[in-house]
Amino acid sequence: MTTFADETTRVASWRLLLRNPVTVVSAVVLGVVVFVAVAATWITPFGVNDVDVPNALQPPSGDHWFGTDELGRDLLSRVLVATQASMRVAVVSVAFAVVVGVTVGVVAGYRGGWVDTVFMRIVDVMFAFPVLLLALAVVAILGPGTTTTILAIGIVYTPIFARVARASTLGVRVEPFVQMSRAMGTGNLYILGRHIVPNIAGPLVVQTSLSLAFAILSEAALSFLGLGIQPPQPSLGRMIFDSQGFVTMAWWMAVFPGAAIFVIVLAFNLVGDGLRDVLDPKQRTMIEARSKR
Amino acid sequence: MAFFTHPITRFIARRLLHSVVVLLGVLVLVFALVHVVPGDPVRIALGTRYTPEAYDALRSASGLDRPIVEQFFGYIGSALTGNLGVSFRNGDPVTLTLLERLPATVSLGLVGIVIALLIALPAGIWSALREGRASDAIVRVTSQFGVSIPDFWLGILLIAFFATTLGWLPTSGYRPLFDDPAGWLRHIVLPGLTVGLVAAAIMTRYVRSAVLEVASMGYVRTARSKGLTPRVVTFRHTVRNALVPVLTITGIQLATILGGVIVVEVVFAWPGLGRLVYNAVAARDYPVIQGAVLLIAALFLLINLIVDVLYAVVDPRIRLA
Repeated sequence: MTTFADETTRVASWRLLLRNPVTVVSAVVLGVVVFVAVAATWITPFGVNDVDVPNALQPPSGDHWFGTDELGRDLLSRVLVATQASMRVAVVSVAFAVVVGVTVGVVAGYRGGWVDTVFMRIVDVMFAFPVLLLALAVVAILGPGTTTTILAIGIVYTPIFARVARASTLGVRVEPFVQMSRAMGTGNLYILGRHIVPNIAGPLVVQTSLSLAFAILSEAALSFLGLGIQPPQPSLGRMIFDSQGFVTMAWWMAVFPGAAIFVIVLAFNLVGDGLRDVLDPKQRTMIEARSKR
Repeated sequence: MAFFTHPITRFIARRLLHSVVVLLGVLVLVFALVHVVPGDPVRIALGTRYTPEAYDALRSASGLDRPIVEQFFGYIGSALTGNLGVSFRNGDPVTLTLLERLPATVSLGLVGIVIALLIALPAGIWSALREGRASDAIVRVTSQFGVSIPDFWLGILLIAFFATTLGWLPTSGYRPLFDDPAGWLRHIVLPGLTVGLVAAAIMTRYVRSAVLEVASMGYVRTARSKGLTPRVVTFRHTVRNALVPVLTITGIQLATILGGVIVVEVVFAWPGLGRLVYNAVAARDYPVIQGAVLLIAALFLLINLIVDVLYAVVDPRIRLA
């Protein structure tokens, strides 16, 4: 059941979000990226591994919009398919982190006591490892590849979601409607699903957008190192690695894959910032106050 | 007695205990690393060099033939006394290798953080003081660009422009500071800039929001309303108090850089810890991976501990909370 107040808040949130031109443009860019990610295999003008040595290292032209690489492969096609791969890794790994992290964080925050202490100490230990180092440790255990990359990035981002979910849960669990529900004898699972999770969704949505940005960067870094997505599947990070030997004679080999990563990450970051402005109550009051000035 | 009951002593003791608990957790995870590898880690590490004799020798030298409980306590005991075992690849003591690599990474981290602070402090303060104006928007957009740029891509572009095209600086490599200070400087500029520019982008955002938060405090309004000059209000009341949270983010950034420069070190052939980890992962040299991960995590914890303690010393509200 949605109340009138809920409805008004939601409409106001959307209105605030749409009033920010940067967020709207970023969301449109993300829409295009998602379209590319879904349709890449159908819209590529050439096969990603079609070698055409006589046409190697051709600059951008009408035939090859992004030019060709040292084997004459079409860079536009490779960037499109690599974007699809990057997005798949980022979405699946962040989904993993959201499911595991939020479950851990909500249970820890709601139950409190020793469950909270144990879960949060584990999270503290995971936080002691820098992101890429932890991802590399996972790759060292499982060997390089797409599945490992997904798992590595997923594991790395799980503690972040656990912390955000726990902090928000701690705030919500003392709210009168949760206390009331508990007093009425409602089951814990129902309270978690019906009252806690929907009320902590705001910060989690923001964190998801920002994490997707960093997941794209992490995947690119792992692939750059040769430990992420493996050839013959093209990846943006590996394309940049391969461009190193040709950077002065074929600038397009480094520029287009890098620009693709940059645009996707920037769009996720800006959408995340826009969402934070709207979903974070403190920020939101400030924006509303400012727009009324 | 007063020393032990003093809030700051109690805060430091609590924080120290927390770090020790986390470090023990890190030790357990690092120990487990080699044991959760699917298959036999010694066999995987030997690869094509495998012979039954080499296998037995390496297994016994690394202690992997002993019962797991004995291995666990052996590892913890050795690690705490600074013995991190020997490399699977060349038999070198891991501790020695790490110590050899540490100065290169630390110097890169420090140069990176100095560059970041030189950019982020003025940019963040300027942006906050001009909130809502065009210059604020420019700083915000630029820092957002910096946060979104892959560091290794930035490094390659810097090499292409300043080293290959203009020929001003070397493309890669390292010279120790004390052997060849001029060479060290020439070699560290590009990797330092790569690390520093990305960190500057992150820190500018923090400095800006820290200054804005302080500027909205009651005491700043009071200072302004009692007729102090804008300059005094800005620097003595606002910026000085905003520097406290900036200290935290500087510490966290330094720790992140020390553990996160892997890709930049690979791009610039920088012989630091990051490149060591990368080579060790590629060669499945588990003792080196374990040692490097442990050292970096310990450094990370130590820097965070120092920052928290400094924070509590500078800002009494933290330890009393």
